[in-house]
Amino acid sequence: MTNDTPNRILGLLLVLPALAVIVLLFVVPLASSVVGAFRVNGGFGFGNFIKSYELYTSDIIFTVVIVSLSTLLIGIFSIAIGGYLVLGENPRAVAILRWLYRWPLFIPFIVVGQVLRTFLAKNGLMNNILIEVGLITPLQATSFLDWRGIVIAFVWKQTPFVALLVSGAMAALDRSTIEAARNLGASRLRILIDIVVPQVATTLMVGLVLSFVTMMSVLSVPLMINAQSPTMITADIAFRINAYGDYGVANALGLISLVASGCVGWFYLRQTLRERA
Amino acid sequence: MTTIAASRPAFSLDLWWIPRSIALGLVAFIIFGPLTNLFLWAVTERWYFPHALPLEYGFSYWGRVFSPRGTAMESLTNSILVAFLTVALAMALAVPAGYALARLRLPLRALIMLTFLIPQAFPNLPVYVNIARLFYQFGLNGTVAGVVLVHVTHGLVYAVWIATAAFASIDRELEEAARSIGASPLRTFRDVTLPLAAPGLLASAIFVFLESLDEFTGSYFVGAPDVNTMPLLLYTASAGGNYQIASITAVLLLLPSVGFMLVIERFLKSDVLSKVGH
Repeated sequence: MTNDTPNRILGLLLVLPALAVIVLLFVVPLASSVVGAFRVNGGFGFGNFIKSYELYTSDIIFTVVIVSLSTLLIGIFSIAIGGYLVLGENPRAVAILRWLYRWPLFIPFIVVGQVLRTFLAKNGLMNNILIEVGLITPLQATSFLDWRGIVIAFVWKQTPFVALLVSGAMAALDRSTIEAARNLGASRLRILIDIVVPQVATTLMVGLVLSFVTMMSVLSVPLMINAQSPTMITADIAFRINAYGDYGVANALGLISLVASGCVGWFYLRQTLRERA
Repeated sequence: MTTIAASRPAFSLDLWWIPRSIALGLVAFIIFGPLTNLFLWAVTERWYFPHALPLEYGFSYWGRVFSPRGTAMESLTNSILVAFLTVALAMALAVPAGYALARLRLPLRALIMLTFLIPQAFPNLPVYVNIARLFYQFGLNGTVAGVVLVHVTHGLVYAVWIATAAFASIDRELEEAARSIGASPLRTFRDVTLPLAAPGLLASAIFVFLESLDEFTGSYFVGAPDVNTMPLLLYTASAGGNYQIASITAVLLLLPSVGFMLVIERFLKSDVLSKVGH
């Protein structure tokens, strides 16, 4: 034990600088954003929230609906991709999918915004191809640069991340139960839903919660794809600061997005604690 | 399993190729369609409605981006400078922290690990807004140092977590062997631990580099308009309707990211990956 105390002090000294950066440059500003949300003209009150409610209710609902819908779609697609990688019987198709699905993984959100902005526009490449192939007529071509564009951008960018986590967890599963169910004649879809997904549920939830939080704070995608009303809270925060220097309402909106993320995180924690109990 | 597959009639296997190819083709279109569009815009001279493809191809916009006096060149150098400084500072903080978290007995170790996750677990935007306000008082707003500090905060989770995993995956006996033949703790760290952890540390450094290169929101509030980085240039070019410049910038940001995606498995071996978060 005599050797232990200096060891601990050394350890703390080595960790301290990195820890200090997080506390000073993230935790402190985070706390000041929470405090700032309640600050009105030198005092404290709910004025900023009342103003946010009056001006941005539709945007708040829009944000929560869009991010939830994206999270749901990301979950479905990553289970489908992971499931096919684990249960697919054609090795060549599995190899092709494994090579394909990861491409958007490290592509930054701002690039995703630019890429889809040109691709999904009314006269973008997607509509052009559909017209050339004869699937739609030029009159039927519509721009996808509204809520659909934001959802497509989020799903396009975040699905590979969750699919990577989920397929990794699926690959680590014990194959014997899967083989047993297969021998009893269960279909692959049945095996995926009844046996594989319940066992990787924790990993899936971690990926989805992280994606939800990430999407809640992405500014570039709503700015690039759809900055008209209704838009996402993040675009409103940037607007409040740049146009009015209004930190009160910006912080109130920030706290609302924080609470939305917090609810998702809390839901996840409660779920895992219940499972472990 | 092989007996079942062999006893199936051959034609049923052939028929499965149709939905399989359609599905894979669709996935390929969803992934590469938008990317193709980006590369087309990057080499387009003229392209307008209702033409399905560009009317004229060329590299004149590339010349404009890389011209020495252009604003694009300034953003490129800014971005690379900020990214290198971010990596240097983040690794200087993360290597000691990762070693301590992996090897030394620390009180509240789990809590410390979680603290580094905080910047990923909370929405960043309200934080950047307030950092910008804070930095303004210290004269850090609109400086390279300010942008670097913001990027370091965001990149530290990758740096610390992967560095910890890299150190934890090293066999303790190798270090003990070095100690037993008389090497000092510092020498052991320099000659045994550090070289063995190098691939994992390199992976975390690349992660931090890419995060910094691609970061938009923090640079938007802290850096703009004085410190222009590539993502900011992309945004202003795109907002101004200059799709060629925006697409060329996007391609320049895309290449390192995709390149890393293709080689990540060489740096992040499964023995390191399995230790991440432990």
